[in-house]
Amino acid sequence: MNVETKDHSGLADIFNQNESRVDWHDETLWFIRSKRDKAAQGLPEWELLRETASQIKHNVLSNLDEYLEQFESNAKANGITVHWAANAKEHNEIVHSILKKHNINRMMKSKSMLTEECHLNDYLKKNGVEVIDTDLGERIVQLADEPPSHIVLPCIHKKKEEIGDLFHVHLGTAAGEADPQVLTEAARQHLRETFVTRKLSLTGVNFAVAETGEFVVCTNEGNADMASHLADVHIACMGIEKLIPQRKHLSVFLRLLTRSATGQPITTYSSHFKKPRAGQEMHIVLVDNGRTVQLGREDFRNSLKCIRCGACMNTCPVYRRSGGHSYHNAIAGPIGSILAPNLDMKEYADLPFASTLCGSCSNVCPVKIDIHDQLYKWRQVLVKEGHVSPVKAMGMRAMALTFSMPKFFSFAGKAGRTVMKYFPSVVNNKLNPWYKEREMPAPPKQSFREWYAKERAGK
Amino acid sequence: MSSRDKILAAVRSNKPGQRDLPEINIPVSYEGLTEKYTQVATAIGARVYSVESIAEIKSKLNEFFDPAKRWVASLAEFSDVAETNLANVDPHSLEDVELSIIEAVLAVAENGASWVPEQNVPQRIVPFICQHLVIIVPANKIVPTLHQAYEITAGAEYGYGAFIAGPSKTADIEQSLVLGAHGPRSLTIFILS
Ligand code: SF4
Repeated sequence: MNVETKDHSGLADIFNQNESRVDWHDETLWFIRSKRDKAAQGLPEWELLRETASQIKHNVLSNLDEYLEQFESNAKANGITVHWAANAKEHNEIVHSILKKHNINRMMKSKSMLTEECHLNDYLKKNGVEVIDTDLGERIVQLADEPPSHIVLPCIHKKKEEIGDLFHVHLGTAAGEADPQVLTEAARQHLRETFVTRKLSLTGVNFAVAETGEFVVCTNEGNADMASHLADVHIACMGIEKLIPQRKHLSVFLRLLTRSATGQPITTYSSHFKKPRAGQEMHIVLVDNGRTVQLGREDFRNSLKCIRCGACMNTCPVYRRSGGHSYHNAIAGPIGSILAPNLDMKEYADLPFASTLCGSCSNVCPVKIDIHDQLYKWRQVLVKEGHVSPVKAMGMRAMALTFSMPKFFSFAGKAGRTVMKYFPSVVNNKLNPWYKEREMPAPPKQSFREWYAKERAGK
Repeated sequence: MSSRDKILAAVRSNKPGQRDLPEINIPVSYEGLTEKYTQVATAIGARVYSVESIAEIKSKLNEFFDPAKRWVASLAEFSDVAETNLANVDPHSLEDVELSIIEAVLAVAENGASWVPEQNVPQRIVPFICQHLVIIVPANKIVPTLHQAYEITAGAEYGYGAFIAGPSKTADIEQSLVLGAHGPRSLTIFILS
């Protein structure tokens, strides 16, 4: 797939060529969103948990330097080697240097979106290191030579028949075999061989505790544990925003994380690594890669509160119907569209526009990030910095003006309904990619506001 | 300047003004903990039995699992049916373990998880590498939520510890739930009073 030359709407076009697949993708993610709703509604304290989590994260951002130093000194005292990487390049070099030190050229990796962000696999491959992803979904996209399309569900875009074909070629399953049970068993056997033969395990980090120097890794499959408890060397890579102040704060985040992600009450394994086991070497790589810049952007720093649950993707009408790959960034969806322009405004100028600003993302976010507001604000910044085509910019200025003046908004609504009625092509055209290949609904004869006024007057 | 100092300096100059830590003050109910725990653990794929003695557990194990295969345990009480002396073996040598029997420090009603620190397993790999896992939960150690679990274990020394909730699982292929991803294919919990 050539993602270099395309923007989000162009890539979404490709995804949309197969309409039944789009419907299936849409429905699958909505199903997950519904499970999340059920889990959240099962806890009367849900909103209190979200508010508490949000406040803890605000505290983290305002004291991040102290927490980093505290974490470093506690982790060191626990026998862990701590590395600092200013950017992706340095992160990759640190990992490579540890491999070289041990003369290892085959390693296993559990899910880590940070290493996707840093393109670690490509870097190591170029340096002659074989990396095997051990999360089933990640292994599937790795065999397909694709990046993950979702931060929690890496191969959510793939049909079981396609996975069956991949396994037939790479793992020797029977041709045409597409039963998830059989395919999972084949992967289990294949990856067991990996677990017992590879000597180095790299994992991501879900949370790191400043107070104790421990870090927590959450999986359902048990791959991070299988790999790390057998390996001679364990490297854990984390963005600096993954810190939390105290161990007891884990209770708040672990209660929210998986309920938001998949609707499960908790992942099967929430593994707390504090010290290497006897004879083992343990490393932590703390990575900046643009995070301190984002911390300095007042309007966007809250995106660093993200705990990577994926709920904002599952609920997003644009993500569900355009697929994760259309975001041409390691992290897709609403949160990815806020994080990406921080790294490269020019390359990712299209992403904050890949949203209807419906606000559903902000409503489900377990740490209360104002996601859709930030998307809106990025649009302003990108126009100001000249990264947006003049046509789009003009439309945006009109929209900003409209939303800022309630009186004008009601007039513009009336005008809009008239325009849509008589000149639907003005809305239903190329400049409005979300309505491409879709008929706009017939405009109502009167707005809710007009109807309400009339009803009241009649009483 | 080292990357460490550069990162810390950038954080210092870019961080927002001080925001205080909130109290964790979440209402809690202590009613029906065993029922709740049993219900949630069952829903996430475990089978749960309330028992009164180790002998009762052993007889159930003989019924469920093949005693001819390799069993390992963390409790000396099981030395007649399982290997219990594993502290110094190479973890790779446990690859053919059929059944691991371990004890939890506590269990959590809201999510069906059990807290298993390093001290409760002969090797870190033991609850993961086996085909089937058995966790014994003391009946008076079931707490309502994770908040109480972290309170009770505050200050406990461990090099490693995990909340384990259910058998290992995946839904990566078209969201079809499959038990037995990389770790145990089944989890049996005995609530021991
Ligand atoms: S922004 Fe919020 S909803 Fe989206 S992945 Fe991060 S924590 Fe989850």
